[in-house]
Amino acid sequence: MGAIRFETVSKQFPGMPRPAVDSCSFDVEEGSLVVLLGPSGCGKTTLLKMVNRLVEPTEGTIYLADTDIRQMNVNTLRRHIGYVIQQTGLFPHMTVAENVSVVPRLLGWDRERTRERVDELLDLVELPSAEYRDRYPSQMSGGQQQRVGVARALAGDPQVILMDEPFGAIDAITRAGLQNELVMLQRQVRKTILFVTHDVEEALYLADKIVVMRKGQVVQYDTPFRILTQPADNFVAELVGADDMVRHLSLIRVEAVMTAMPAHDLPAGQPVVSGTDHLRHALSLLLRSGASALTVTENGQAVGVLTLDHIRHSTGQASA
Amino acid sequence: MSGLRYVANNPDVVLALLWQHLSIVAITLLIATAIALPLGVLVARYRRLATPVLGVLGMLYTIPSIALMIFLLPFFGLNRRSVIVALVIYTQIILVRNVVAGLQAIDPAILEAASGMGMNGWQRLWRVQLPLALPVILAGERIAAVVATAIATIGAKFNGGGLGVLLFDGIAQNRYDKILAGSIVVALLALVLNRGLLRLERTFATSERIQRAEKQRPLAGEPLRT
Repeated sequence: MGAIRFETVSKQFPGMPRPAVDSCSFDVEEGSLVVLLGPSGCGKTTLLKMVNRLVEPTEGTIYLADTDIRQMNVNTLRRHIGYVIQQTGLFPHMTVAENVSVVPRLLGWDRERTRERVDELLDLVELPSAEYRDRYPSQMSGGQQQRVGVARALAGDPQVILMDEPFGAIDAITRAGLQNELVMLQRQVRKTILFVTHDVEEALYLADKIVVMRKGQVVQYDTPFRILTQPADNFVAELVGADDMVRHLSLIRVEAVMTAMPAHDLPAGQPVVSGTDHLRHALSLLLRSGASALTVTENGQAVGVLTLDHIRHSTGQASA
Repeated sequence: MSGLRYVANNPDVVLALLWQHLSIVAITLLIATAIALPLGVLVARYRRLATPVLGVLGMLYTIPSIALMIFLLPFFGLNRRSVIVALVIYTQIILVRNVVAGLQAIDPAILEAASGMGMNGWQRLWRVQLPLALPVILAGERIAAVVATAIATIGAKFNGGGLGVLLFDGIAQNRYDKILAGSIVVALLALVLNRGLLRLERTFATSERIQRAEKQRPLAGEPLRT
């Protein structure tokens, strides 16, 4: 239902020397979070806006669940695609509840169903409905406003959500919190999300897959790990900082490199990491504790051991 | 004080003229808004129209009121219809300019969000653009009401009725009390209209609504969650 397919999509704005988007083709799997990453002017926002037809391609076709989006009514299409933009997208003359109800109202939901949906969503983004529903956007912090933006995008229960640098104008600490919440939220709702950013750390943290763009073209489309370890060219390598080994460590899970070992063979008293933790965390723990090895646990059960050699080996392998 | 004495001695005469005057202003505003609102929306959408439309309306505003009313007499007759048409013409520049200014002040990101969520042109206009522009549009109504109140006094010369009757009768009869009475009541009417519409304008301003919301729900001392 929520899969998106780009087929040789191009956009040539009149009077521009080169196309803003140049023959882009890739598939976005249903329920995955795909980040469009690239420097400003690379065409990532234009590509995003073609999905809800705020920009129409000059060539190529975009399919949503195997249907050419040009064959759908443009407003119907948009009501079924959530849209979050940077900071100012909320309607200042409407309360939080009114903002979130915009799409349900456009979809013709009845009052009762809309009200329930608003309450449910505000709770989901951790803005207790009783407290926040009657506030105006300007009465809230930037982070809170952006959560309302996310709730509003989810309101019509769309299968696809487009996010255009949603956390770009928010301070670093709040942004990290919102990114974390988005990951949690995505685990619950499993939408197909297209997310535009120029922030590499944000892309690596959030993405199931990353589309690296440059001058309107897709340079590489891959998982964060493979983009770091096997960048397609120098541009990608430089953009994502592929030689930054610590960055690699934050993408590799402990369980992928540890030596599995039955619990009774493990020495007692070693510091403990979870198998799903990233190596960056494990390295930090090794350095801080001064221990030579860590005990890896899964669901509270010791399952293996991790040493500095494992970590060194993992990055050696990566750069090879 | 002779002016006030005249008002006190002839309350029915003054009240009847006041009512005539007020109805001229009210009818003017209704008709003028019905024209200015769509015109302003068009000008805001098609920027190319701005210079010619505002230019012509601004030019019309500079025609002396007596000349304009005389010009309109053959078409609308020697009655208050000519006066109302003249006032509608005069107030256009004020109203249209404010509609355009109100619409253009809206953050483009808000309009993009509205389109991106699937509002069509009408829904966007009614639910987003006009509510956000409303305080500025109402400011235009207020200025137009004051201007119309002032110019409507001239209308008495063309059988249009209203408080101008007192002024022109006073001049003809050399009765300073009538002239003063007319001036005072017109000035008061303008003041009251200004004050009333200013209050209306503030009621619809977003910042004002927020203050009302805050009074209902004091925020002080509450931890700010981000």
